[in-house]
Amino acid sequence: MKLGFLVDLNLCMGCKGCEIACKVENEVPLSSWRLRVKYIDIGSFPNTSRSFTPLRCNHCENAPCERICPVSALHYLENGIVNIDSARCIGCAGCMMACPYGAIYMDPESNTADKCTYCAHRIESGMMPACVVACPVEANIFGDVEDEHSHISRYIMEHQGGVQVRKPEKHTNPKHYYVGGGTQTLDPLAHQRLEGYGLFNNVTHLEHNGDPHHGVLDRFLAPFVGHEKIDNKSFMDFSADQTTSKEGDH
Amino acid sequence: MVENTIHATQAVVTLDIALPGIIWGWMITLNMWAKSIGTGVVMVGAYLLYKYKKEEVSSLRWIMPLISFIALNVFLLFTLVDLHQPYRMVNIFLHPHWTSAITVGAWMASLFTLLMTILMVIGAADAFPGLGGKKCKITALARNNSGLYEKLFPFVVFLAIPVTMYTAIIMAESSARELWQAPTEMIQMLLAALMAGSAALILSSGSWDKEVRKDLSLVLMVAVFASFLMYMGEYFFSFKSSEAEATLAYVHAGGEFNVEFWFGMVLGFIVPFFLAASTIKSDNTTLLRFAAILTLVGLYLAKDVWLKIPQMLPLS
Ligand code: SF4
Ligand code: SF4
Ligand code: SF4
Repeated sequence: MKLGFLVDLNLCMGCKGCEIACKVENEVPLSSWRLRVKYIDIGSFPNTSRSFTPLRCNHCENAPCERICPVSALHYLENGIVNIDSARCIGCAGCMMACPYGAIYMDPESNTADKCTYCAHRIESGMMPACVVACPVEANIFGDVEDEHSHISRYIMEHQGGVQVRKPEKHTNPKHYYVGGGTQTLDPLAHQRLEGYGLFNNVTHLEHNGDPHHGVLDRFLAPFVGHEKIDNKSFMDFSADQTTSKEGDH
Repeated sequence: MVENTIHATQAVVTLDIALPGIIWGWMITLNMWAKSIGTGVVMVGAYLLYKYKKEEVSSLRWIMPLISFIALNVFLLFTLVDLHQPYRMVNIFLHPHWTSAITVGAWMASLFTLLMTILMVIGAADAFPGLGGKKCKITALARNNSGLYEKLFPFVVFLAIPVTMYTAIIMAESSARELWQAPTEMIQMLLAALMAGSAALILSSGSWDKEVRKDLSLVLMVAVFASFLMYMGEYFFSFKSSEAEATLAYVHAGGEFNVEFWFGMVLGFIVPFFLAASTIKSDNTTLLRFAAILTLVGLYLAKDVWLKIPQMLPLS
């Protein structure tokens, strides 16, 4: 069994339902994403179109993140899922340097690496991933790519020639496919990120990697003295001086 | 310029998440820089010990392991501090994953530091007969086993080479960063070790024979020249991969990385080359020391830029 994903970009309408469902299901903290829907505008006015591309971990068959992880926190499951054991992760960020798709983040609450797991916990109990269930137009298709009768296999066969993966030249052999994609949408070097063109500005780069309140010393002291509790609300008080906030403020 | 693909399609991101900034920052630069010193002094020191009589490089037997020991501890400290879960470092030893260059490197570097500690204690105990007083068991044990130094040394020199190079393999395993190609990075790491090693030994070569300093100048010159050529080759002629090209745009386009890179190149490579060349005939120790310090500063700057620019590129 090899589980895979296929997104039909012709169907996706950019509602971000999957993004929200993933956040809720996996309690993904603010400033982090396992799945996001990227909007790309193509063409010059009036001949323009907007495309929506959901991006998540590809569960590569030859995963660079698994290869570089020094403690096997990232590991393959028998069903092909590239899973992560955050209790073992040492937070070296090697996987973030290795994943060619930028699919891994440093969880600011646990200070360990995390990513889309194809909802391995739901699969285990016979459910579909949360993002698949949430999609109103069934653009997300999930299933066993080794079973030729599965929905995803049939979909791939029906759209032969139009099925793509991201960065095939990296030889990662992704198990995440796109139908209806193009170079402009799937190749990050084929579109521009221009200041002032985004629907929301001033949010281009994250200022922190992992817990923003977790300085070098805290990393060593935290197990003994504890450290400021971080939850989603901690990220919402943009104006407050974080260093002077009292315990219980967040 | 509609003929340019990206302009022809006019594809512009209009809504996306904030991308991660620099993930491996100055701590990793410092880590690589310190490791170059820690292994470089052993490689260059081995050459000096092989070529010269003990009297000509009198203090080398204890100074070399001492410098290496300090540099390796800086390297290990910043490796640990950069982890988000530093106490779990032990997992590398309890649950090693051998396909990872991080694992293999951590094991080799730990063994190397252990051996270096033994050499340092023996070297210092032999060089300073009063060290530790009469009752110190460690120095007594070291003096009784003085011959162990020469037995361990070839193995330590041999180990210094993979310990220097494994970071290049970590960079190569970082598949998301195409600028770092294994063959180039391996040779650059080796050259960085020769640069840093000769520079560190120059700074402690005051009482040594002038022929030794001449040799150290030569090693420094050859290493900075070769490393400079490799940087230039990559800077100007990386036409092969689109990602490497896009990465280099962050230095080509001017701005802080461009300034840092050229500062590093001029300060740490071009100037020391000519300074070292000028001291070969004159044995001007002050100038040579100045060249050594510049090399160490320039090497840090060059490593810093090369580490950071690939992390600026959007991956998805
Ligand atoms: S997409 Fe990235 S995180 Fe996911 S399996 Fe591939 S390399 Fe690993
Ligand atoms: S950050 Fe964690 S999961 Fe990623 S490579 Fe390091 S130990 Fe493995
Ligand atoms: S499969 Fe699960 S973890 Fe992955 S993107 Fe969908 S909801 Fe998120």
